[in-house]
Amino acid sequence: MKKPATLVDKIWDSHVIMDMGQNTYLIHIDRNFQHELTGATSLNGIDKAGRKIRNVELAFGVMDHVLDTHPGRGDETPIPGGTGFIREFRQRAISHGIRLFDIDDPDQGISHVISTELGIALPGCTYVCGDSHTCTIGGIGALAFGIGSSDAEHVFTTQTIIQTKPKNMRVTFNGKLGKEVFAKDMVLFLIARIGAAGGIEHAVEFTGPVISSLPIDGRLTICNMAVEFSARTGIVAPDDATFEYLSGRRFAPKGEIWKKAVAYWRTLPSDPEAHFDKEVDIDCNEISPQVTWGTSPEHSVAVDGRVPNPAQAPDSHSRMTMERAIAYIGLEPGTALEEVKIDAAFIGSCTNARLSDLREAARILKGRKVAPGICAVCSPGSHQTKLRAESEGIDRIFRESGFEWRESGCSMCMSGGAGGEGFSPGQHVLSTTNRNFEDRQGRGVRSHLASPVTVAASAITGHITDPRKIGG
Amino acid sequence: MEKFTRITGIAAPLMRRNIDTDAIMPGKELPKFEKTSYGNRLFGQWRYIDGNRKENPDFILNQPPFRKAIILLADANFGCGSSREVAVWALADFGIRCIIAPSFAPIFFNNCFKNGLLPVILHDRQVHGLARQAEESEGRGLVTVDLESCKVTCPEGQIYHFDVNKLYREMLLQGLDPIDATLRYESKIAAFQEKDRVNRPWIYQY
Repeated sequence: MKKPATLVDKIWDSHVIMDMGQNTYLIHIDRNFQHELTGATSLNGIDKAGRKIRNVELAFGVMDHVLDTHPGRGDETPIPGGTGFIREFRQRAISHGIRLFDIDDPDQGISHVISTELGIALPGCTYVCGDSHTCTIGGIGALAFGIGSSDAEHVFTTQTIIQTKPKNMRVTFNGKLGKEVFAKDMVLFLIARIGAAGGIEHAVEFTGPVISSLPIDGRLTICNMAVEFSARTGIVAPDDATFEYLSGRRFAPKGEIWKKAVAYWRTLPSDPEAHFDKEVDIDCNEISPQVTWGTSPEHSVAVDGRVPNPAQAPDSHSRMTMERAIAYIGLEPGTALEEVKIDAAFIGSCTNARLSDLREAARILKGRKVAPGICAVCSPGSHQTKLRAESEGIDRIFRESGFEWRESGCSMCMSGGAGGEGFSPGQHVLSTTNRNFEDRQGRGVRSHLASPVTVAASAITGHITDPRKIGG
Repeated sequence: MEKFTRITGIAAPLMRRNIDTDAIMPGKELPKFEKTSYGNRLFGQWRYIDGNRKENPDFILNQPPFRKAIILLADANFGCGSSREVAVWALADFGIRCIIAPSFAPIFFNNCFKNGLLPVILHDRQVHGLARQAEESEGRGLVTVDLESCKVTCPEGQIYHFDVNKLYREMLLQGLDPIDATLRYESKIAAFQEKDRVNRPWIYQY
């Protein structure tokens, strides 16, 4: 009998080309998706070294990071140097024959949104991209890693990567989700519990009844933030919901091959006796809508909670870290988060800009107005998401409430920190993104992470708001 | 790639947890496709005062002995966040050859080995001990990192052994280019794909 294996073990083992000793392997990469930042850099490196792309049919490219999100955009972008990256990547991608979703392509969008939307990412495949949030793709049961530019060159030229095999960690979400509690709240709650380093060395399988009943969009949101607790990646076992989601997508297999693929994918879930090196159980009944108060995703509390007091930190280094975060964010210990006035609201990014996110936010925004003085921006995760939202009238609800309705891209998650369009120093921004680091959304900008519903509710009142109290 | 065998030099203590790659190399400092000339942008938001290049005297790497640091001491989860390899290029260009911390974020950790930088994992207590010695000697106490023997020697003489993956160690010791190394296995990659095309045709046809 075969040794019981986890989902990650099975995918890993089926991709091993060589065991290089000491838990290090040469593994095959099935999908290599690059964007204009790391893509330009790695293709430049390849061309300089006179190397060739080994399997160009397994490579994809998209413009998402530095491009402008204003309607009518072209190559010009508010991010200094951004246009150079766009043009460099386009020219080199075309010269190598890489399938590129360019700025005006109807399938353009954030790579981690379009790769599942188009069926490019598939269950059981190994998938890389030069972006840390590549772990998002685990939501459909792929083994997906963010990599640097040198590793991207390695994948382009060899279709492989050298990595140590991660340990196995399982996070089980039990119980039931309360009112206005979403995937984003689940993962913020988890990170607050286990810490921003809680996943180091581990690939994390998310499982349990709440994950099983979660739509694919929500699974993608949870896996998206695996990197925010430094896990190697996050993954959810593929099931009927996954197959239904992928069926008929543009690049998904069709006909007999689809049937063969589904039969194979059904063998992938972890065996009942499989060993996990680390286990975490979360009771979803305990989860309230979450919001971050500090400068790490681990600085998350219930939205009706308070900024913690560093004096109560367990050790001196935790206290120092908390004091630094509180100084940056400009809030007194003990402040109720709901008293915090906000200057801006952003709904977008690879974390929370899929159709279901926009629908939930629209439910709150419908018939209401954003509070005076609040800069409110929505950038859908992909052009197709945007079109679908528009066909449902969601864009009208956003616009009538006072939100700007933008084109798709990494947008305000990335551009402020990159010296482009952003928020002002000292401003409090409620954001559906994944990083509340110092200066991430612009110098001195104070980012608070939350779900689309909490961001929408807060945009209306002008201060951080518990969405359960506003209704919709 | 630059080889790494044994280095002795100043170690700068930057003992914060979860130092992210946005802090190591701010996004607004990414204007090139090249892998060099990023050293003056390293820790840009902490090292300089508001926008211009005026140095913040409180920041450790602006203080005289530590400006010449070749080793960085940090707390847990160093290099978390963005996968940007430019964070490693900036450290290398500044002159940092080795980072010692209780743990590293995985993408950053991998990126180091591709650029001649050695990330060393030591016990929490040992890293804090090293940081204390670096601070108390005001940088004059030198630290040695020897990759051949896998040992760190502290200013006060303690010797700490560290573990490092054998393959990654060889790459650093010999300054090997990982792509050249893997290209030697082309026949194995081809054999894998040939079999895989039969088992999982959906990966190759769409």
